[in-house]
Amino acid sequence: MGKTIAEKILSAHSGKDANAGDIVIADLDFMIGQDGTSGVAIDVFNKMEGGKVFDPSKVAIIIDHSSPSPNEGVSAIHKKIREFSKAQGISLFDIGCGVCHQITPEMGFVVPGNLVIGADSHTCTYGAINVFSTGIGSTDLAAGMISGKLWFKVPETIKFQINGKWPKGVFSKDLILKIIGDIGADGATYMATEFVGPAIEDLSVDARFTISNMAIEMGGKAGLMNADKKTIEWVRSHSKKTFTPVESDKDAKFAKTMEYDVSKLSPQIAKPHTVDNVSPIEAIEGLEIQQGFIGTCTNGRLEDLEIAAKILKGKKVNAGCRLIVAPASKSIFIEAMKKGLVQTIMDAGGVFVTPGCGPCVGTHNGVPSDGEKVLSTANRNFKGRMGNNKAEIYLGSPATVAASVIEGKIADSRKYM
Amino acid sequence: MLLKGASHRTKITDDINTDYIISGRYKFKIQDPYELAKHVMEDLDPDFFSKITKGDFIVAGRNFGCGSSREQAPMSIKYAGISAVIAKSFARIFYRNCFNLGLPLIECDTDNIDDGDALEIDLDKGILKNITKSLEIKIKPFPKTMQTLLEDGGLVSHFKKHKGFGL
Ligand code: SF4
Repeated sequence: MGKTIAEKILSAHSGKDANAGDIVIADLDFMIGQDGTSGVAIDVFNKMEGGKVFDPSKVAIIIDHSSPSPNEGVSAIHKKIREFSKAQGISLFDIGCGVCHQITPEMGFVVPGNLVIGADSHTCTYGAINVFSTGIGSTDLAAGMISGKLWFKVPETIKFQINGKWPKGVFSKDLILKIIGDIGADGATYMATEFVGPAIEDLSVDARFTISNMAIEMGGKAGLMNADKKTIEWVRSHSKKTFTPVESDKDAKFAKTMEYDVSKLSPQIAKPHTVDNVSPIEAIEGLEIQQGFIGTCTNGRLEDLEIAAKILKGKKVNAGCRLIVAPASKSIFIEAMKKGLVQTIMDAGGVFVTPGCGPCVGTHNGVPSDGEKVLSTANRNFKGRMGNNKAEIYLGSPATVAASVIEGKIADSRKYM
Repeated sequence: MLLKGASHRTKITDDINTDYIISGRYKFKIQDPYELAKHVMEDLDPDFFSKITKGDFIVAGRNFGCGSSREQAPMSIKYAGISAVIAKSFARIFYRNCFNLGLPLIECDTDNIDDGDALEIDLDKGILKNITKSLEIKIKPFPKTMQTLLEDGGLVSHFKKHKGFGL
């Protein structure tokens, strides 16, 4: 019988005929940690008497979550990470380089057909370039750094068939929010997801990352896509590694298939305090907000800044509202400067912070006050996520955030297109 | 193995995410697990930690532990003295992390367990007894890999024992 992408990649890396439900021990092509999880991973590595990392060229740590450090507790963790990276000869991306899930594909570390783990739940992002990548904890990362292997339960796969033409002002973020709203926060637990169809092929690689990034918000283990011409060009321009793309067989067995037609989709908003609490823009337009945030591993890419700048050009951020922007990487920041996007956004009243996670995870850089409402391009709106459990977080696309900060209320970006 | 203790159940029971279990406010700056444990579930119930007696259980509904991969979440549960988490279902990364730390997760119907109920879990027989309500609830058996990890006391000791994966 045919196999899914997940089954094929896990078979190739374990030397077994891996089918959904099997447990395999598989060889890893690459692994990452970030500053919120690597401190613990290093402690566990030492407890396991790890000695030397199995292959330093296959490990990277990115300091992105609290970067630069906001307090001495974090500084101590950063120091530990720097010392470990130097001693082990692994790649370290220090403050200001960007978010781990932008750096890893951008630096060409991962290519189609790879098996990758990361001590961060949004490691599923690289599924957009045909990589089976999944989030694990610090202890698994330590075991991976020592042995180059990890055990996996081979997941079943849910297939999302995405058809239709994208309407103006509707983006990949709106689609993935709609899907999560439908299937629920645990709708794909223990399963891989695959996104296929003409509407996926129409998206840029940047826009595809946004979808794969959020597979975990429905419990998914991976958010996979096929490697088409666009993927291959993108990967070749970032990496010198050789690769073989992997596609599901025609007779592969899927847990289920769900179909969507984007031509009928409107901008979507996830309301507090769960990502699956989703409404179309029409149902929530007009709600006052005090802060907008554009950035993160979901929507801090060049294309996102371009969309925001286009809407903000010649306009002003509303007096009752703030706009914080964190480019997902240093190279995106530099590119955005060259293109004049930074100037446009700053002229409108936007504030830039260091490339990295920014205020996404609530350690610094824009913690909202009690009762304030934030509209963010991130992937999570959990209570307390941005550092204050009395604030409310709404999620939308960069276009929706840009339009909303102009009005100081949640607004339909389509009228600015 | 027999586990005994009281149930701790918060008002919210479904989709309890790792930010609820341990907030980002603490996880990045506190490295001592015992210190971290004092803030377990704080955003759901500020007094949660002070009510725990060693050996007690956290009881919840669907999708417990969803969200981030932070191992500080299971760590703060374990170091708070909780001997097992009992829920209808668990999120995947959290599930791996707990067994890696040697913290058992019990999957079963939790509708008939209230906050404060006295519980007894017989892991060998696969039975959870709600002593307060005189009820017996069947629990889902652990997959073999998880059983091995628990028997070895988590992934660190498993790794040392087998000089790598012995699964
Ligand atoms: S940007 Fe937010 S979601 Fe992405 S890795 Fe950073 S903290 Fe996590």
